[in-house]
Amino acid sequence: MDRIPILKLKSCLLISIQTDLHDLIITALQEDILTEISRTGARGVLIDISALDIVDSFMARTLRDCSVMATLLGAKVVITGIRPAVAITLVDLGLDLSGIITACDIDSGFDLLESTPGVFNSGRILKRY
Amino acid sequence: MLAQSVKIQDESDILTSRRLVREIATKIGFGIVDQTKLATATSELSRNIYRYADNGIVYIEQITQPPGIKVLFEDNGPGIADPEEAMKEGFSTTPGSLGLGLSGAKRLVDDMTIESEVGKGTKIEIFKYLP
Ligand SMILES: Nc1ncnc2c1ncn2[C@@H]1O[C@H](COP(=O)(O)OP(=O)(O)OP(=O)(O)O)[C@@H](O)[C@H]1O
Ligand SMILES: [Mg+2]
Repeated sequence: MDRIPILKLKSCLLISIQTDLHDLIITALQEDILTEISRTGARGVLIDISALDIVDSFMARTLRDCSVMATLLGAKVVITGIRPAVAITLVDLGLDLSGIITACDIDSGFDLLESTPGVFNSGRILKRY
Repeated sequence: MLAQSVKIQDESDILTSRRLVREIATKIGFGIVDQTKLATATSELSRNIYRYADNGIVYIEQITQPPGIKVLFEDNGPGIADPEEAMKEGFSTTPGSLGLGLSGAKRLVDDMTIESEVGKGTKIEIFKYLP
């Protein structure tokens, strides 16, 4: 099965979802993100979904659950690049998305993470391997 | 008249059906928001087929009276005992699921009908009309 690559930048993880994904890959990605947070001590996670023209309830729920679980591991997740049509559709779908933090693009997503204590500086130092 | 069908028998068919619905909706002249709503409703209902009935078929069809699109989801699975109850937000037989598929799909389209018989299968139609 294909896996989505997870990049590490300073103390952040960076994931860019480039294609429409099926449920098994989405679930695997969630596990991989959580594993990487605990392995690297990352304090921030940025997931860019600007390439996605559809986010259904399964995808939305997984992104939300992943955000909550990451918080328990000490990392903040920011979802960036939700398209307007996707946002409108998600509201109609009726999913409670209060657990997720978003920013309009990667730049402002990083600004958000940067302003969080410990994500880019002074906080916990990344474990080295 | 545009018409196409997709068999739902594994995970990737959920992607195929929603992509095809978007393609046909685009050709019919639906805007980006309606395309996205149709594709998302299709994703929810195709996933239900895959999850509960194991397999089934999705028929996508352009309609003219009034102009728009109809998508039919048909399976020979276990059926739904009380379709009205199943349409309610929060109703689910899957632990941990939110029961948003049917109620959410209904909000995303202009019309939706369910016919289901226990032990025989389920037939769901969704309609969206051109503005
Ligand atoms: N094609 C089907 N065949 C048999 N039962 C179905 C079918 N589609 C839906 N159901 C039943 O209706 C219930 C509600 O479906 P719905 O899609 O709204 O929620 P869900 O699939 O349980 O959760 P979610 O879609 O939010 O993950 C399901 O739990 C299932 O029992
Ligand atoms: Mg469902």
